[in-house]
Amino acid sequence: MSATGHDDHGHHHKETFITKYIFSQDHKMIAKQYLITGVLIMGFIGIAMSLLFRMQLAWPGESFPVFEALLGKWAPDGVMDADIYLALVTMHGTIMVFFVLTAGLSGTFSNLLIPLQIGARDMASGFLNMLSFWMFFVSAVIMVISLFVEAGPASAGWTIYPPLSALPMAQAGSGAGMTLWLVSMAIFIASSLLGSLNYIVTVLNLRTKGMSMTRLPLTIWAFFVTAVIGVISFPVLLSAALLLIMDRSFGTSFFLSDIFIQGEVLHYQGGSPVLFEHLFWFLGHPEVYIVILPAMGIVSEVMAVNARKPIFGYRAMIASILAIAFLSTIVWGHHMFISGMNPFLGSVFTFTTLLIAIPSAVKAFNWITTLWKGNLQLNPGMLFSIGMVSTFITGGLTGIILGDSTLDINVHDTYFVVAHFHLVMGISALYGLFAGVYHWFPKMFQGRMMNKNLGYVHFWVTAVGSYGIFFPMHFVGMAGVPRRYYENTAFPMFDDLTNVQVLMTVFAIITASVQLVFAFNFIRSIFYGKKGPLNPWKATTLEWTAPQEHIHGNWPGAIPHVHRWAYDYSKTYENGDYILPGQDFVPQHIPLQDNEEELHH
Amino acid sequence: MTALLTLTVLVLVAIAIWQMTKIFELSQLKAENAEIATDSDNKYNGYLLFGFLIFIYGITIFSFAKYSKVLLPEASSAHGGEYDQLMWVSFAIIFFVQFITQALLHYFGYKYRGEEGKKALFFADNDRLEFIWTIIPVIVLAGLILWGLYTWTNIMEINDEDDPLIVELYAQQFNWTARYGGDDNVLGDASVRLIDIDRANVLGLDESDPNAADDILVKELHLPVGRKVNFMMRSQDVLHSAYMPHFRAQMNCVPGMITQFSFTPTVTTAEMRLNPDVVEKVKRINGIRAKKAAKGEPNSDPWEFDYVLLCNKICGKSHYNMQMKIIVETEEEYNKWIAEQATFKETIASVE
Repeated sequence: MSATGHDDHGHHHKETFITKYIFSQDHKMIAKQYLITGVLIMGFIGIAMSLLFRMQLAWPGESFPVFEALLGKWAPDGVMDADIYLALVTMHGTIMVFFVLTAGLSGTFSNLLIPLQIGARDMASGFLNMLSFWMFFVSAVIMVISLFVEAGPASAGWTIYPPLSALPMAQAGSGAGMTLWLVSMAIFIASSLLGSLNYIVTVLNLRTKGMSMTRLPLTIWAFFVTAVIGVISFPVLLSAALLLIMDRSFGTSFFLSDIFIQGEVLHYQGGSPVLFEHLFWFLGHPEVYIVILPAMGIVSEVMAVNARKPIFGYRAMIASILAIAFLSTIVWGHHMFISGMNPFLGSVFTFTTLLIAIPSAVKAFNWITTLWKGNLQLNPGMLFSIGMVSTFITGGLTGIILGDSTLDINVHDTYFVVAHFHLVMGISALYGLFAGVYHWFPKMFQGRMMNKNLGYVHFWVTAVGSYGIFFPMHFVGMAGVPRRYYENTAFPMFDDLTNVQVLMTVFAIITASVQLVFAFNFIRSIFYGKKGPLNPWKATTLEWTAPQEHIHGNWPGAIPHVHRWAYDYSKTYENGDYILPGQDFVPQHIPLQDNEEELHH
Repeated sequence: MTALLTLTVLVLVAIAIWQMTKIFELSQLKAENAEIATDSDNKYNGYLLFGFLIFIYGITIFSFAKYSKVLLPEASSAHGGEYDQLMWVSFAIIFFVQFITQALLHYFGYKYRGEEGKKALFFADNDRLEFIWTIIPVIVLAGLILWGLYTWTNIMEINDEDDPLIVELYAQQFNWTARYGGDDNVLGDASVRLIDIDRANVLGLDESDPNAADDILVKELHLPVGRKVNFMMRSQDVLHSAYMPHFRAQMNCVPGMITQFSFTPTVTTAEMRLNPDVVEKVKRINGIRAKKAAKGEPNSDPWEFDYVLLCNKICGKSHYNMQMKIIVETEEEYNKWIAEQATFKETIASVE
């Protein structure tokens, strides 16, 4: 699709309801489809599940009418069953990691922003893009259907380690529920690959004139590198899933060996569950960066816009993204220090893991410096960006403990891990997502804006609540409480931790309820949100030059050309005057002014 | 406590709803205002960011004051001391960095809150600054990596020096069995294919292997203090993880392979029961249990401290209750106990 050939694009397609809202090939519509399916619907299900099992943890064995209403036969007399507890934990993890934070976050913002910020009419292939969304939709439907299987959904943990996930005799959830889980994930991976390839091609080929790689906004860099990691690592998860399907259904022994269960010896011989762990984490670890990098990109952009300052260390930020991406593919073994793999491998993975702290630290310092001497416009998106840096630091620092093979021995698989990754990738990625939604809502919904006061309520309650849930959780982990325990009453030594569990659950309920404020604000603003100006946040990037009304092809006339990087905020001449009189930013499509120096960055 | 917390939640939710409706009304009245932060929004949220910094410090102090006591008591194994030391140094570094970075982040958020007409500083990069904050993490992390790797190699080097006691930890859904090598301190061959429940050969020992005859199978792990123990771990069905938190020890049990871990227990159960932290903890827990007993609730029997082996890898429905008691005792007590246990040969014979 060349820029010149489409100058009078816009009105000559006859769009039906189906081509416009359902099988749309327009990246802006697909972005909204991802947002609503991935974040709003799947996010609601995932968070609701976490509340159910948090209630069980705080008040073990207690009867709640809500359990009976939602879980039916899995909660006789309102008391949660141990099998469904594991199922809830498993499905919460699966849904949040894959459906909300991978597809929901990347799918929404890569689709929305890549064409708009690089100055392209649409994605390289609109059809593949549509296919990618609908495959995601099908996989989400299958995953939701699996919740209703008679023997229960998958319940071997979101990491589905065999043999537990491979043998229906080991656990009820490893029957039809696990089959559907694997089918859903296989489709999900195909969808993710189609999406990622499209993002990569679009960023490489469809940048407008003047938009060199070093003028790209950091959002695009983050989405681009995320897509690359996805293409490298998701196929490995697919192979793990396929081999697991073979072991489950066709009697192969890739992951199984020497098993005696329920009074009989099974025929499996020679396989190794450790092999599965390697394959799983070869995706699984890059996966957490697939989740966090887009959030980092969004935060970098939103923070620079609202600080009215260039992002500090643009090139260092790109270098960190690349370093994180590279290192992320060689650290997976830190999930397996005590899996039985060779301890020497553990040493290697400790080394690479602690190395990844360096680019992460650089990013955090650069964000903090971006705030220094800024003129901070504390919009909800900006607050979520600051919040993201805060939780990323808090959560990231404990990674120093978990990444150290020695220290991992005693906190592995305890609540310490749960606290760590929820802060560093769960909450941080969600904050990035929220920052993006508040910031680009006007771009998604024809200039309508979300209510800022509801946004402030949403942010502050969430910020306090998230720390309230996950900060005390570190202590539970360091007391030695293992994760994925249905209740801790079998160990008297954990009795004095019940009140911490209650505290965390109370915070979880408050924090989850305030997400309803966000949902309300979001849905209401689609229809009744006030229309803001074309460029409400006074940003330099190209998406704000496109008209509020969505048109196919994004710009009615020629695509704007780019003459500068994306961060000319508060740039002045030597005499202290802004480059453009009366405004503290210079959009990317404005040519260099007389006497203006293109500063080295 | 629970009632109080529930009440607090209800009150907070009520306040939140009240505030939100108020905000909503206000926003309706001033319909002409755009949804973009004004100077007063910047001001209030700037103050709140500063308040949030205090909250972060507050919750840290609160958690330490209130929850430090729930942490594990001092390590009861030879390598545990070094483990704890490395842990505390790492924590010191973490808290130092956390303290500084959160302060800068939120203080800048407060200090540089936006005002109409204020000019931000165009500050795009500074090589020296970036070099400094790249090199500092490099040095600190290099130190931690080296120390960690040194300790790790020491812990994970499993050898037969110092006459270690050989013990097999055998995992199955949902219980543990320990197997001692017996008089020869050598474990007999075993395979799940040889399991014969009717003949009480529950671990699949090879009956033709002479080393197996004197093996001893027990459901309670006894360890002599001060003697190195080499654990050989097996699982017969799914993944399990042998987690012995008091000894800073953990290793997965993997079907199809034997995994190993080794440590030397240094504190007997009897000594540990006299440890002030443990005495305190037992007292506290028995207080909780006495209250439960008064209300007729389950899990209310008085508790006496014991080391414990937990399963720490999700293994199915009763994962949460897969445990085995560990007793560390003096050499004489251990010898007395082991002499009373039936050997594999005796068990088989008694079944026949």
